[in-house]
Amino acid sequence: MSDKPLTIWEQAQMQGYSRRDFLQFCSWIAAAAGIQATGLAQVVEALDKKPRLPVVWFHFQECTCCSESFIRSSHPIVSDIILDKISLDYTETLQAAAGKQAEEALHKTMTQFKGQYLMLVEGSVPTEEDGVYCCIAGKTALDILKEAASDAKAIVAWGSCASNGCIQAANPNPTGATPIHKLVSGKPIINVPGCPPIAEVMAGTIVHLLAFDRIPQLDGLGRPKAFYSRRVHDTCYRRPNYDAGLFVQAFDDENAKRGYCLYKMGCRGPVTYNACGVMRWNNGVSFPIQSGHGCIGCSEANFWDNGPFYQHLASFPGFGIETTADKVGLVVGAGTLIGIAGHAISTNIRKRKLILEEIESSRNTSDTKKGDE
Amino acid sequence: MANRIVIDPITRIEGHLRIEVEVKDGKVVDAYSSGTMVRGFEIILKGRDPRDAWAFTERVCGVCTTVHALASVRTVEDALGITVPPNAELIRNLMFCTQYMQDHVVHFYHLHALDWVDVVSALKADPKKTSELAQSLSSWPKSSPMYFSDIQKRLTAFVNSGQLGIFANAYWGHPAYKLPPEVNLIGTAHYLEALEWQKEIVKIHTIFGGKNPHPNYLVGGAPCSINLDESNAINAERLAHVKQLLDQAKVFIEQVYLPDLMAVASFYKDWGAIGGGLQNYLAYGDLPMNGYSEPAKFKFPRGVILNRNLKEVLPVDAKNRKEIQEYISHSWYEYSGENELARHPWEGETKLKYTGPKPPYEHLNVEQKYSWLKTPRWNDHAMEVGPLARLLVAYASGREDVKEVVNEALKKLNVPVEALFSTLGRTAARGLETRLIAHWANEFYDQLIDNIKNGDTRTFNDAKWEPDTWPAVAEGVGLSEAPRGALAHWIVIKDKKIANYQLVVPSTWNASPRDHLGQMSAYEASLIGTPVHNPEQPLEVLRTIHSFDPCLACAVHLYDEKGSTVHHLNTF
Repeated sequence: MSDKPLTIWEQAQMQGYSRRDFLQFCSWIAAAAGIQATGLAQVVEALDKKPRLPVVWFHFQECTCCSESFIRSSHPIVSDIILDKISLDYTETLQAAAGKQAEEALHKTMTQFKGQYLMLVEGSVPTEEDGVYCCIAGKTALDILKEAASDAKAIVAWGSCASNGCIQAANPNPTGATPIHKLVSGKPIINVPGCPPIAEVMAGTIVHLLAFDRIPQLDGLGRPKAFYSRRVHDTCYRRPNYDAGLFVQAFDDENAKRGYCLYKMGCRGPVTYNACGVMRWNNGVSFPIQSGHGCIGCSEANFWDNGPFYQHLASFPGFGIETTADKVGLVVGAGTLIGIAGHAISTNIRKRKLILEEIESSRNTSDTKKGDE
Repeated sequence: MANRIVIDPITRIEGHLRIEVEVKDGKVVDAYSSGTMVRGFEIILKGRDPRDAWAFTERVCGVCTTVHALASVRTVEDALGITVPPNAELIRNLMFCTQYMQDHVVHFYHLHALDWVDVVSALKADPKKTSELAQSLSSWPKSSPMYFSDIQKRLTAFVNSGQLGIFANAYWGHPAYKLPPEVNLIGTAHYLEALEWQKEIVKIHTIFGGKNPHPNYLVGGAPCSINLDESNAINAERLAHVKQLLDQAKVFIEQVYLPDLMAVASFYKDWGAIGGGLQNYLAYGDLPMNGYSEPAKFKFPRGVILNRNLKEVLPVDAKNRKEIQEYISHSWYEYSGENELARHPWEGETKLKYTGPKPPYEHLNVEQKYSWLKTPRWNDHAMEVGPLARLLVAYASGREDVKEVVNEALKKLNVPVEALFSTLGRTAARGLETRLIAHWANEFYDQLIDNIKNGDTRTFNDAKWEPDTWPAVAEGVGLSEAPRGALAHWIVIKDKKIANYQLVVPSTWNASPRDHLGQMSAYEASLIGTPVHNPEQPLEVLRTIHSFDPCLACAVHLYDEKGSTVHHLNTF
C-alpha cells in the first residue's frame, strides 16, 4: 500500500475509465455544482491532482434525514462520492467499524490530516445541563464538536438542525439545542438548511468544495448562494396563478385539482429561500407544491414556530419581516379577494420591477436578521 | 471474572445507542442497552394545532420517514372521527409499502450486511466463479464475469488508495465471517447496486408527497389531488411512473435481495439458534384493505403472542389503560407521583432528570438509571416488536400468503420453525415481508386505478377540517407498523390545541432498559448467551443488535401529562 493517496484521475484510470469518460464526468459535476463552462478546466485540474478529501461526519441531535437525503443524490451518485471523491472516515450511519474502532478511525483522521479534514455536522448540540442530553462514546456532543472543529479545514452544517436548530430548538427548546455557527468560531462554516436539504444540494456543496478547493459564495446567513438565493415563491411554477389571483380554497377542491396557487392553504414559499422550485426533489420528480401541499418553510430559521402551517401568511406573525420587502404580500395582506384581483392586474404590469425590488430588499432583510442573532 | 465491553457508538443504525455487555467464558452473560440522546420535542408539541402534528412527529425519524406522519394523522382522525376517502387510504398504503421496501433493503445491505459480508475477502474472489454462482442464485442480469471483475478492480483501487473511508478499521478477517470470497464479492456488488436503487423507489413518496425524506401528509386524506385532465395533479403520467417504480422494486427484491438473503443465511444457520431473547411478540398490524376502521382486514394482522405459543393470538387494545404502560425505573426521568408505578400513555408524565455519570464517562451506572428510553410493557410483559413479530402474528393468525413464504424459506434452508426465534430469524423475516409487500403494493396500485376508473377521484375529507367543528375535548390513538415494529401515538386535544401528545415507538419496546422488576427488554435479552470470540472485536454483538434495525431517535421518550374528561370516538 502506498502512503500517498491516489488522485481521483488515477483511481478512474484503475477502474478502466478513459480520459474522455473522465472529462465527461468532470463536466457533470461542474454542472451539478452550477459551475459555468468556463470553470470546467478548474474542475478537471482539481480532480486530476487531488487525493480524496478526508471527511468526518458527526451526528448529534437529529433524525438522520440529512444522511438519508444525501444517499438519494442522483448526480453524482453517492457510491461515487464515497468511493472515489472523498474519504468518509467517520459516519455513524454507514461506517463498518463500531465503538472503539470507530472512534480510533475518527482520531486517526483528526491527527493525520490535522487542519485538512472537512467536518460535516448533522444535528444541533444541546447546551443545557452541561450537554448531557447528547453523549457519544461517553463524551458530550458539545465537547466532541469543539475538539473536532478546532482542527477542521472547514465545517458544513447539514440541514436545519445544524444550521438553525430546527425542531428541538422550537419553543420552549427543552434541551438548549443550538446550531453549530453559534458554538464554533474562527472556522469557515457553510450552512445547508432544509429538513432535509435536497440531495443534489448536499452533493453539489461537496462537489464545489472539492473541485474548487474553496468555499462557495455564501449569503448573509452562511448559505451557498447557488441554492439559497431565490425564494421558492419566485421560482414556483404555480406563481402565475398567484399573480392572476387563482387560489386553492380547500384541499382537493376544484382549484386544487387544477393546480392553482397554495398561498391560502398556508404555503410558506413567499418567505422561504430554497432551490425546491428549480431543482425539485429526488432528481427532479416533484416538490411539495407540485404534489399539492404548501411549502412549510423547512429551510428557514424558526419555521416550526411560524405556524400553524395551514394558516396563510398575511395573518401569522412571522410574515412581518416580509411586509416591508414584499409589496405583493402587503396587498394580499389586506385580505380581500378584490384586493388580490386588483393586485394581480397591477403586478402583471409592474411584476418585473417588483420582483427585482423584492429580491434586493429581502437580501437586506436576511443580512439584518443575521446581525440580530 | 466477567469482562465488561462497551460499544458506543453502535454504528450503522439511526441515532445514539450504547451497549454494555459482560462477557464470561466467551459468552455474553449480562447486557445493558442505553439511548444517549434526547430532544424532548413532545414538550414542544404542546399547544400546537393538531393538524400540524404529523409534520412535527415525522421529524422524530428521517430513516423511517413517513411512519410517524401516518400514525399522527390517524391519531388526530381517530380523535375527531374522520374517515379518509378510499383513494387516500390507498395512497397511504402505497407510501407505506415504498417505505418498507426502501428501508428494509437499505438495512440489509448498508446497515447489516457488513456483519456477515467480509468486504476485504471479496478481493480474493474469482470473478468467473462469482458469475457462475450469481447466475445459479438468480436471473438478475448484472452477473457477468466482466461485471464482477470490474467491481473487484474498483474495490482493489479503493483499498490500494490507503484511504479506506467507511470500511476503515472494521473487523475484516474475524473468524466469525464464514462466507466464501465469491459470496462476499456478490454482497459487495449488490451493496453498491442497492445504494443506487434505493434512491429510485422513494420517488413514489415524491410523486404523492412532494419530497423524500419527509414527504407531506394531511389530516383527512392525502395532499395531492387526482385529475386525469391536468398536468398539475396525479394523472396518467404520474401513475405510470409509480407503476414502473413498483415493478422495478419487485424485480430488485425478488432477484437481488431475497436470493442474497437466502445465500448468506445458508452459511450462517447456527445463528438460527442465537439471539432469540424474549418469548413474547406484539404487532398492531397495518395496511388496511377496507379502511383503517376494520383491523380484521389489515394485510398485517394485529395481536400478541406469548411464550412463543403460535397456537394462540391474543387481542390488543391500545385504549385500555391497563394494557400498555410505561415504567421509568431505569430511565432518566421522574414522575410527580410514585416513580415505580407504570402509566398508560394518556396518563403519563415526562420530566427530564439526568442522574447518570458526569461526562466524560467510562461506564454507565447500570444498577440505577441508565437510558433516555422509558420502558413500555404490555400487561407487564416485555414484548419484542418488528418484522419477526409481524410475521409470527400473521403466521399464527393463519394468513395463507404469509405462511406460504415463511414455510418456503424454512424448507429451503432446511431449518425448523423454531429457527425463526433468533437473530437469523429476525433478519430473514424482514426480507420475507419485503417480498410480500412488493406484491401487495401492486394490488393497492390496481385498486387505486380501479377507483379512478370508476369515477372516484376524492383524496380528502373536509368535514372536520375547520377547528370550529371539533369537540371541546377529544382523545385519540393512531396505530401503525413502522418497519421496525409496532408504533402508536396518543393525543389529547383541548380547545382546538394539543393538550398532550405521546408516542410509544418500536425501538422503545426493543431497546429500553430493565423495568421495575428487573425484566430485560428485547435487545438486552437477545444478547444473553451470544458467543464473543474476541472481546476486542465484538462482531457477534453487532449482529444481534443490528438484526433489530435500531432506530434510537424514535425511541427516546416523548412527553405527555395527565388526561382528564375526554371525548371518545372508537374509529378503530
